[in-house]
Amino acid sequence: MNSDNSDFLKTLGIYLLSQAKKFSLKFKKAPTMKDLMMVYYSEAKSARLTGKKVAWITSGGPVEPLIAMDIIPIYPENHGAMIGASKMGAGLCEKAEAMGYSNDLCSYARSDIACATVNGGPIGGLPRPDMLVCCNNICGTVLKWYEVQARYFNVPLFILDTPFCHTGYSEEAARYVRAQIDEYILFIEDACKKKYDFERLRQVGHLSYEGQQLWQAVLDTAAHRPAPMSAFDAFYHLALIVTLRGTKEAVNYYQQLLATMKDRVARGISVVPNEKYRLLWDNIPIWPRTRWLSQKFASHNACLVADTYTSAWCGAMKYIDESKFLDSMAEAYTRIYLNIGVDEMAKMVIEMIDKYNVDGFVLHSNRSCKPYSFGQLDIQRIVEKERGIPCLMIEADMVDDRSFSESQISTRIDAFMEIIKDRKKTEG
Amino acid sequence: MRTAGIDIGSITAKAAIVEDGKILGTKIIFTGYNAEAAGLKVYEDLLSESGLDTSSISKIVSTGYGRNSVKFSDKTFTEIMAHAAGAYFLNSKIRTIIDIGGQDSKAMALDERGKVKNFVMNDKCAAGTGRFLEVMARALEVNLDEFGAMSLQSKLPSRISSLCTVFAESEVISLIARGEKRQDIIAGIHESIAARVSSMLARVGVSEPMMITGGVARNAGVVDALTRKLGVKIAVSSYAQVNGAIGAAVLASSI
Repeated sequence: MNSDNSDFLKTLGIYLLSQAKKFSLKFKKAPTMKDLMMVYYSEAKSARLTGKKVAWITSGGPVEPLIAMDIIPIYPENHGAMIGASKMGAGLCEKAEAMGYSNDLCSYARSDIACATVNGGPIGGLPRPDMLVCCNNICGTVLKWYEVQARYFNVPLFILDTPFCHTGYSEEAARYVRAQIDEYILFIEDACKKKYDFERLRQVGHLSYEGQQLWQAVLDTAAHRPAPMSAFDAFYHLALIVTLRGTKEAVNYYQQLLATMKDRVARGISVVPNEKYRLLWDNIPIWPRTRWLSQKFASHNACLVADTYTSAWCGAMKYIDESKFLDSMAEAYTRIYLNIGVDEMAKMVIEMIDKYNVDGFVLHSNRSCKPYSFGQLDIQRIVEKERGIPCLMIEADMVDDRSFSESQISTRIDAFMEIIKDRKKTEG
Repeated sequence: MRTAGIDIGSITAKAAIVEDGKILGTKIIFTGYNAEAAGLKVYEDLLSESGLDTSSISKIVSTGYGRNSVKFSDKTFTEIMAHAAGAYFLNSKIRTIIDIGGQDSKAMALDERGKVKNFVMNDKCAAGTGRFLEVMARALEVNLDEFGAMSLQSKLPSRISSLCTVFAESEVISLIARGEKRQDIIAGIHESIAARVSSMLARVGVSEPMMITGGVARNAGVVDALTRKLGVKIAVSSYAQVNGAIGAAVLASSI
């Protein structure tokens, strides 16, 4: 191992340790999140030595076809979250702005683009890509972001265009996306210079489906009162269903996590001591402030029992048919939470309100994420009309902490909790 | 039961003492740099002016952005709750409140029991607040207290399009340079505040009767601009600026 790699591992280790303090769990039959992420990133960093390929892929992109061909998927968005969580977002965003990128641009994009040029950030930059895979089911920004990175690293870029599904999934959309999946397979064959292994894809598809089912089951444990885990725990444990979806490691990990949560439920252990109020969170976490927010809500005996963000990695599971993984995958990836109409989104939000039995709805209006934040006011109105629970809008950003006004947000949360407490008192 | 409310705002600190549905006294001072000292001073000043003793006050509630600096209060509430309680105390029919303070502006919807149903606050930006008006008064070399009366004389309000206090100030300076009348510029400033506040109101929903609270309620020009923009009558209480403190005192009687 060369010195570049050992430096990388050292930095990575320090970062993972710093993040693991609060949420990390030790399992009998699976490695810790820290160890898994350590192996994952170090394998990617040394891919050049081991002859493996690295693909950078968007968070909502179909990763299974890569895993089946032993390509290591790397997620710049996950990296963006790491940058945010380690409070390095503002500095890297400033760097991107100095490079000429507007501060209206997504902070994941800004911090990733800036980070690539200086090998900065909490882990000293991402492992270099051999190819880029961009799926626009999550937003339109990724198209330009990935074009920038394809030019910077001079590597091929595959774009999977998923039409927006206001309602339903048309025959035309199905054919259009399915045809691109075939092109995707050809792109991978070309990058690997070998024939595609469809049998292996079948196995990976199975593991992906199993992983998603387990992740959903883990999240479902929070429907129990008191909740054994909160959305803040989910933000931490989410990393594997994003980065290692379709692997045995993710399945093992979530089996253990599920067992732990079920055990907590059985023993009546709550993650927020004295849980009295249950809340639903919408949008990407405010990564630099997750600890502050979790303490703030806990100080009111409130637990964020569910969120629309972490559930997005299992929300389209209903469209997957394991026996026809390639065809059904096209539909599942097209109909994810961020690629459907506001009415459909509101329907899912209301289902979650009922399922997790929540007393209030907290919406993070995320300056960075336009597709996630654009329809929030309508969703809030629908929720107020259909379920009559208090809703709170917090204006902030997922990575760039310059967009976080602590005293303003603190007052909003206090007032929101006063309303909920008052209401619960009146309801008896 | 005699109770006190203390509202520490970004510009002024207010105190009120309430007993059995009656306001015994109110007091306003500048907050300055020390919110804790301001809280104590406004309370002590009010007690001595009203000829009351600390021991006669059963409970104290503090509110406002400096609510946690008031170490001697029994409980804190946010200004949202305090303004709702204050407005309900002054007029139990009120269903919508617009509060424009030093750095915050907010819209609140109340139910028939005076409970807050929903609220919206400005964020990230102080345009459309008391601080914004202070900056404009300085640029125009007009005493802020004259703003209301002057703007009511305007026939043709200027157009202020910038959403940012700093840029709006430059815009005002260029309007002065162009020779626009002061009253027109001031009326334009009030209209820009009305436009901002009415979009917040639209988010909580406008139900009548409506009341305006906070220091900016003293400005008749803002109230006039809002009334015209919304097409509804807006109640202005003589206690508008101390409404939060009154509400805090009212809340104190229920803890």
